[in-house]
Amino acid sequence: MSLIQEARAREEMLAGSVVTQPAAWSVTEQPWAWAVAALLLIMPLIANGFFLIEIFGTTLILGTIALSLMFLAGYGGMVSLMQLTIAGFAGYMVAVFGVSGNANISLGWPWWLATPMALVLAVLFGTLGGALAVRTEGIYTIMITLAIGAAFYYFTNQNWAIFNGHTGINTIATPHFLGVDWRMDIAFYYLTLAVAALCYFAVLYLSRAPFGLALQGVRDNPRRMAALGFNVNAHRIAAYAFAALIAGMAGVLQVWNYRQISPGSVAVERCIDILIVAVVGGISRPVGPYIGAFIFVILRTFALDFLVKVGLDGNRFRLLIGLGFLAIVFWSSDGVIGLYERWRKRTRQETRPPAGGHGHG
Amino acid sequence: MSRFIERHPIWSLVILLAIALLAWLIIAVWPPGLEEAIGRKKVFLSAVFNGITLGGLYFLVASGFTLIFGLMRNVNLAHGSLYLFGGYVGYAISAATGSWILAFIAAFIVVAAIGILLQLLVFRRMEGQDLRQTMVTIGLSIVFADLMLWAFGGDFYQIQTPAWLIGPVQLPLITAMKSSGEAVFLQYPMVRLVIFCASVVIGVVMWLALNRTRVGMIVRAGVDDREILAATGVQIQLVFVLVFALGAGLAGIAGVVGGTFQSISPGEDTRFLLASLVVVIVGGMGSIPGAALGAVIIGLAEQLGSVYIPTYAIVVTFLIMVLVLAVRPQGLLARR
Repeated sequence: MSLIQEARAREEMLAGSVVTQPAAWSVTEQPWAWAVAALLLIMPLIANGFFLIEIFGTTLILGTIALSLMFLAGYGGMVSLMQLTIAGFAGYMVAVFGVSGNANISLGWPWWLATPMALVLAVLFGTLGGALAVRTEGIYTIMITLAIGAAFYYFTNQNWAIFNGHTGINTIATPHFLGVDWRMDIAFYYLTLAVAALCYFAVLYLSRAPFGLALQGVRDNPRRMAALGFNVNAHRIAAYAFAALIAGMAGVLQVWNYRQISPGSVAVERCIDILIVAVVGGISRPVGPYIGAFIFVILRTFALDFLVKVGLDGNRFRLLIGLGFLAIVFWSSDGVIGLYERWRKRTRQETRPPAGGHGHG
Repeated sequence: MSRFIERHPIWSLVILLAIALLAWLIIAVWPPGLEEAIGRKKVFLSAVFNGITLGGLYFLVASGFTLIFGLMRNVNLAHGSLYLFGGYVGYAISAATGSWILAFIAAFIVVAAIGILLQLLVFRRMEGQDLRQTMVTIGLSIVFADLMLWAFGGDFYQIQTPAWLIGPVQLPLITAMKSSGEAVFLQYPMVRLVIFCASVVIGVVMWLALNRTRVGMIVRAGVDDREILAATGVQIQLVFVLVFALGAGLAGIAGVVGGTFQSISPGEDTRFLLASLVVVIVGGMGSIPGAALGAVIIGLAEQLGSVYIPTYAIVVTFLIMVLVLAVRPQGLLARR
């Protein structure tokens, strides 16, 4: 029925077993995952400032926002298009409570007060939005969360008292502590990596904790879970709250990265970008959003040069993204991960019978 | 209707009182105290009329959206793109031929043809997978938006209003009394009234077609249970294609209307997609009368909000949606 269930069904068909194994993708069991982790840790030695922040830093932030959508969609069966809105809201709150160039709006709190405040408010926002969204199901959730996201975008455009209208808030202060300016490239990269890793492992842990298992039960059969005594809506709303915390943290990082925020950062297209990132990467595993984010950022950064080189108009970046997204949705119900799984399955089938193993790939 | 009054006597009273108050505000000559409190009556009246006529436009967009959703369970998030494309087609035709009516016909036919193609090439292949269909429409809306930006650029276009519709018309509604005791009547643009009447006619015709004709019966049966309908020998695929064509065509017409009312530019697709979403969430998914009610409520809220509380206008619209979701999650006029 849903995208997730389709993905599951295909996965079960491929794996030949009903039990899915998220553990197989965790760092502890895959040697190449260690390689990726090590590579990410020594990245500042390899990449310079532009690549470090514009590619890898942005990927990690975008991936973390998409991770919050993956958590909701993959484990809760709720496709929420307001995750970027929550991230943007957290960013706005950092700007409003903290220090920025717009002194008439910002309250000038130190970062260690403003950031927790922003996160608390973002979680509140996400929880309230979630409480609204769980009153309906399936495709209705998409519509309502999209309406919330769009309403927030138009509101930030209209409101000058808090959000400073369409000009937004500029020159937002970034934290200095332990004698480090955390806006410097290398420090910021490690900060982003730490937050992304924290969120990734938190989602991974939660997916196997009682709460996550109950949530997956709610996704697969809400009526049975209700009959078993679980409060279905409470689980869903709690999932929204947790996802809002993840999105909020990424939003804080994003506003520290760009040092400004405006309605353009929370536009409807951006909300949909997050869905694209998550779906292209694959929404059955926490690693999917990061893969999707990497592809998205690479495309966004280099599509212009690439299109010009091929002789096309460089402004057609969104066309490329849209077509790529369509292709993924058409051919794989689980994004790049799904394609990879299928490819691995096929090669395994080809190599397993000894007679048929004549060098494919 | 009478059953509603029996079931919810207090709500009926509140609704009746609200309607009576609105009617009094529109018809009566305002006492000076009221004018001092909330401003001139002329401002209020034009806001109400703008709201209702905007509601007519929203209805045109949302009725196609809700029709497609009701029958095929397909949240067509590319509906805003169909609206915008209809506007561009209408602009091109009206600029080339100078005929406003021809612009409507062309926009309907071209956008309906796109709807048919979408149904045949895309949605038919993934029937019953509603979430996947929704994703595909998101992808399509991105592609369409960029293609239209490519073809038409980022400019604002306005479709020329025909000469016989230009100018104001005097309505028998008193806005104020001159000191000499002479009444001042409301002047209102003719074209908006004509378009509003046209959208009412379209709405009534759609309602009649759905409730009084054989095709309408088939469509309603399809909304309830399409498997059983298919089993009775109805060519359900044909019905799907026709309904999709009609819904898309209505969006195309709405695009021409929007291009005449306001203007068309990139970004309008998202705006009208959001409007349709809110309208059908408020009115009830898949219900044509619901779309009409939701459209008028949202149109009024938007216009009155932007006059009386300018910086929070969008919040009013949003609060209405929240209120409806909290009280009646299925929408005001939905059956389930």
